[in-house]
Amino acid sequence: MENLYLTIVLAPLIGAIVAGFLGGRIGRRGAHSVTIAGVGLSALLSLWVLTAFIWGDLPVFNETIYNWMVSDGISFEVGFLVDKLTAVMMATVTFVSLMVHIYTIGYMAGDEHNWPHGALSGKNSYQRFFSYISLFTFSMLMLVMSNNFMQLFFGWEAVGLVSYLLIGFWSTRESAIFANLKAFLVNRVGDFGFILGIAAIAMYFGSMDYAEVFAMAPEHAEIQVALFGGVSLMTLICVLLFIGAMGKSAQVPLHVWLPDSMEGPTPISALIHAATMVTAGVFMVARMSPLYELSEAALSFVLIIGATTAFFMGLIGLVQNDIKRVVAYSTLSQLGYMVTALGASAYAAGIFHLMTHAFFKALLFLAAGSVIIAMHHKQDISHMGGLRKYMPITWITALLGSLALIGFPGFSGFFSKDAIIEAVGHSSLFGSGYATVLLTIGVFVTALYSFRMYFLVFHGKERMDEHTKHHLHETPWVVTVPLILLAIPSVFIGWYAIEPMLISDWFASGDWNPIMVAPEHDTLLPLREHWHGQVAFIQHGMTAWPFYLAMSGLGLAAFVWWLVFARNPRIDEQLQALGGPVTRLLQDKYGFDDFNQRVFAGGGRDLGRALWMNGDRALIDGAIVNGSARTVARMAQRVRHLQTGYLYHYAIAMIVGLVGLLTLFVTL
Amino acid sequence: MNEFPLLTLTIWLPIIGGLVVLASGDQEKSLAKWTALAFAILTFLVSLGLWIGFDSSTAEMQFVERSAWIPTFNVEYFLGVDGISMPLIVLTTFITIFVVIAGWEVITYKPSQYLAAFLIMEGVMVGVFSALDAILFYVFWEAMLIPMFLIIGVWGGPNRVYATIKFFLYTFFGSVFMLVALIYMYFQSGSFSILDFHSLQLGMTAQTLIFIAFLLAFAVKVPMFPVHTWLPDAHVEAPTGGSVILAAIMLKIGGYGFLRFSMPITPDASASLAWLIIALSLIAIVYIGFVALVQQDMKKLIAYSSIAHMGFVTLGFFIVFTIVLNPNLSSGAIMGIEGGMVQMISHGFISGALFLCVGVLYDRIHSREIADYGGVINTMPWFGAFMVFFAMSNAGLPGTSGFVGEFMVILATFRADFWWAVLAATTLILAAAFTLWMVKRVVFGEVKNDKVAALSDLDLRERINLGVLAAAVLALGLWPAPLMNVMHATVENLVTQVSACKLPAAERAECELARPETVATLN
Repeated sequence: MENLYLTIVLAPLIGAIVAGFLGGRIGRRGAHSVTIAGVGLSALLSLWVLTAFIWGDLPVFNETIYNWMVSDGISFEVGFLVDKLTAVMMATVTFVSLMVHIYTIGYMAGDEHNWPHGALSGKNSYQRFFSYISLFTFSMLMLVMSNNFMQLFFGWEAVGLVSYLLIGFWSTRESAIFANLKAFLVNRVGDFGFILGIAAIAMYFGSMDYAEVFAMAPEHAEIQVALFGGVSLMTLICVLLFIGAMGKSAQVPLHVWLPDSMEGPTPISALIHAATMVTAGVFMVARMSPLYELSEAALSFVLIIGATTAFFMGLIGLVQNDIKRVVAYSTLSQLGYMVTALGASAYAAGIFHLMTHAFFKALLFLAAGSVIIAMHHKQDISHMGGLRKYMPITWITALLGSLALIGFPGFSGFFSKDAIIEAVGHSSLFGSGYATVLLTIGVFVTALYSFRMYFLVFHGKERMDEHTKHHLHETPWVVTVPLILLAIPSVFIGWYAIEPMLISDWFASGDWNPIMVAPEHDTLLPLREHWHGQVAFIQHGMTAWPFYLAMSGLGLAAFVWWLVFARNPRIDEQLQALGGPVTRLLQDKYGFDDFNQRVFAGGGRDLGRALWMNGDRALIDGAIVNGSARTVARMAQRVRHLQTGYLYHYAIAMIVGLVGLLTLFVTL
Repeated sequence: MNEFPLLTLTIWLPIIGGLVVLASGDQEKSLAKWTALAFAILTFLVSLGLWIGFDSSTAEMQFVERSAWIPTFNVEYFLGVDGISMPLIVLTTFITIFVVIAGWEVITYKPSQYLAAFLIMEGVMVGVFSALDAILFYVFWEAMLIPMFLIIGVWGGPNRVYATIKFFLYTFFGSVFMLVALIYMYFQSGSFSILDFHSLQLGMTAQTLIFIAFLLAFAVKVPMFPVHTWLPDAHVEAPTGGSVILAAIMLKIGGYGFLRFSMPITPDASASLAWLIIALSLIAIVYIGFVALVQQDMKKLIAYSSIAHMGFVTLGFFIVFTIVLNPNLSSGAIMGIEGGMVQMISHGFISGALFLCVGVLYDRIHSREIADYGGVINTMPWFGAFMVFFAMSNAGLPGTSGFVGEFMVILATFRADFWWAVLAATTLILAAAFTLWMVKRVVFGEVKNDKVAALSDLDLRERINLGVLAAAVLALGLWPAPLMNVMHATVENLVTQVSACKLPAAERAECELARPETVATLN
């Protein structure tokens, strides 16, 4: 099995190396062939692994590949842990990645136009792009397949690096290189917490290995740490690790980088900033469930942060006009749903939503990309409209994706989102009431912004300029085929996966439980007990609040941006004007960006300048170093006057000295 | 013990090489270059013999050579290496090759003398790392200043006189006190052998004074806050090769000094003053991090970055005392020292490479100002790729060597104190901020001006130079185990030494107050 797993991981890496270093020689065709072959192989094998877990009884794999180093009795290793949780992640990551690879052939076909004339960095940019996304796939697989904390951090930072390279892919654009620096630094703030969490584990558990740490965790549950006036060790570890997750999975207040990351090419927005990398935090917390279960304080913290992100970021989606930014805020909000599920100990539901979301959100991003191609790289939805006539495949798949997103009954998002809301409703942790209310209203918001965008893009009159309108047509098959292939799971995966993932205790069986839930936290228990099949679940769902809210959101969106909009095209602006200060608050994104820019970025620079000028220059160099040099010089100047060279001066000095000394001796 | 004198060869081969190059004169420039390169590579190969023949299972000195030098004062020609000095010697011989290649075409003023200075410097630095006699050590230590002084003073920038004098006075100021301490210990032990110093019993007052004397010498070299201000000036004025040697090797001599002298000779004073070093290290990490952020000059920025990274080295070394004095902690000390050691080696590669990168740009446009660049990647994609890679290593990205030491030191520091670890971990943010912000302004963006538009990408020589360093950074980052294995035995032995109480019997009570458990086991 080791060779199989190594193949899954290394195939994309080899593709990335070949496309990256030999890109110029093998050409565009060679680069996309080799990377697609690599990722395709990984995807096939990963799907095989997943099915072998579902229908076969593939044993859990937990072995070391090589020893990175040993220091002070702690062994740092590179190794794989493959269980059902890993298998779900592997299949999702490689499948979406394969779709994105194929799609990229179409999306990046004209990339030479994105570079200034003659820029060498634009040469072979197509090949480089393929190299990066394959490298990303490798890094993400290393992250999810890790069996220890060190390798987790490796993968964690490696996906961050690729994200940095890809957000700033069009490196001549000022906005892109601002966004990638911002993304990296904000993520580093998260990693700052993350590495301290790992250090705490190293100190108290003396091991980096998941299995060993999890086995020891219950014994450590009672340890108190003398910090912040006494806090339990588990709470400290879990909160520190979660700070890492807040960076990577863009939770408030470390969410600020994700909307800006839309500066990157759309395929990576789909792959990295929607389907996979940003869900790493969710995966990580689910993986660490044996630790999180031991700290209710940490769970409450997770719950509150998640619910806050889910609701308030969704609201911002209402006032965005850039097609990618609407989807980006939607991603933030959906990540919030997943994180809230984790906080309610419904880890399985969080992972379930992670998976369904990966498909429908990748679909929505790629559909948005398809629209952007057709619109000649214009992204403002207020200048779109009526596209359904020109791009039927994009239209239908985007509609399916949107329905999945708002949780329309029967679609994949319905199952996962309902399960989350129900589980949070059963949670009794501090903050669960707050979370339930926000998540439920959030469903309305989701439906509203999703269909606002949908109607503005695909329905109504064409509002683009004549030139663009004249050239509108469906995108090539390399773009539409991935849309179709992603639309299929977006619709059906929920129906098929809910039983194995949530009901049949799939994650908790045998002697190794990928997800561990304490009995008193088991918020998915009512769902399991009252499970009478998917049809009954849908029927039950259609009598509950989330359904009504989703439908009223959809209805309101249809009324305003379809019916009213047809007569009054300025309705969007009028509504925003009506919102007054609320609209402004949302457009300012609650002021996070301004605050960070002024306090952290500006403050950091000012502090640096102050320390440099006053500390290094004025105090150390000015006063001490050059000052002592000057003092020596001045002293020398003074002392020099004593050596006059006149004999009578010296004679006087000698006499005075002699008298002085004699007086001293006599008086003694 | 009577084996082939490998250490002597590693010291004197480059020095002889330097004299040969010097004698070859400037008429035949290519002759001088190829001779220098041949000697540099040959020395590196010889030093590899040290690595291959090294027995990593023992903490004993190896490749020992010992003969009388000045019998009147019992001064000896006494050489030997252990798991701490051997990797540093190999680093020295490795980096020198790149320095020779880097000066290949750029240095037109007396190139043979320039190359000779570096080769002589190499031998002297190997001497510092392998000397086990205090006087021999001191001779090499001071001799090192001369070629460096000349390199900056002759081939340096416009403000080189100020920089050289500052450099010389700073370092000389420190080392005078060290000499006094060495002589004092000679009178106590009757020998100049450093190994004898290790087993010398010293009272607390003597230990404290000796510790402070060493501190002055080593802190300047590292350099530690607040005696660091010579470094940015020296770097800015030094030619590329000088900066590389300065950052990659000379700073390490300070760190090495703490391990070889301060910690084992004065463990009790070190323990009682560890708080000072830890505080200065944390200041170096945080304060210097902010200062680096606002530098306008690339070399200054990297120089400040070096100070911050060396802060990790001294932090890793001195938290050891907090850990061994805490009866609740059974481990962590070894990881601190090993982390500091890895950080030194890694910093040698990364800072060396970054200075070479700046040198590449300087050779073309003759400016180090960040503001004079922008969009370099549009004309120099190869350079851009290397620059981003080394910047990421400087920011401690896992998979590169920059991560290993930082990670280990943070892990070890966490054991000593949570808040120290918090301060140390800010480097994740600060180092990324100052390095990547520079990359953003220099490498990315639109072509800023005509000079950038006219840049030519790396030639084969430069690509090989940076490529080999990149490979080293990756190799150490992906598999540090071989380096760690070499150090384990020596570091374990060092931790035992620093845990022991060296106070004379009359003052023993003080030890027992400080560390009840360790004293009990060692008696």
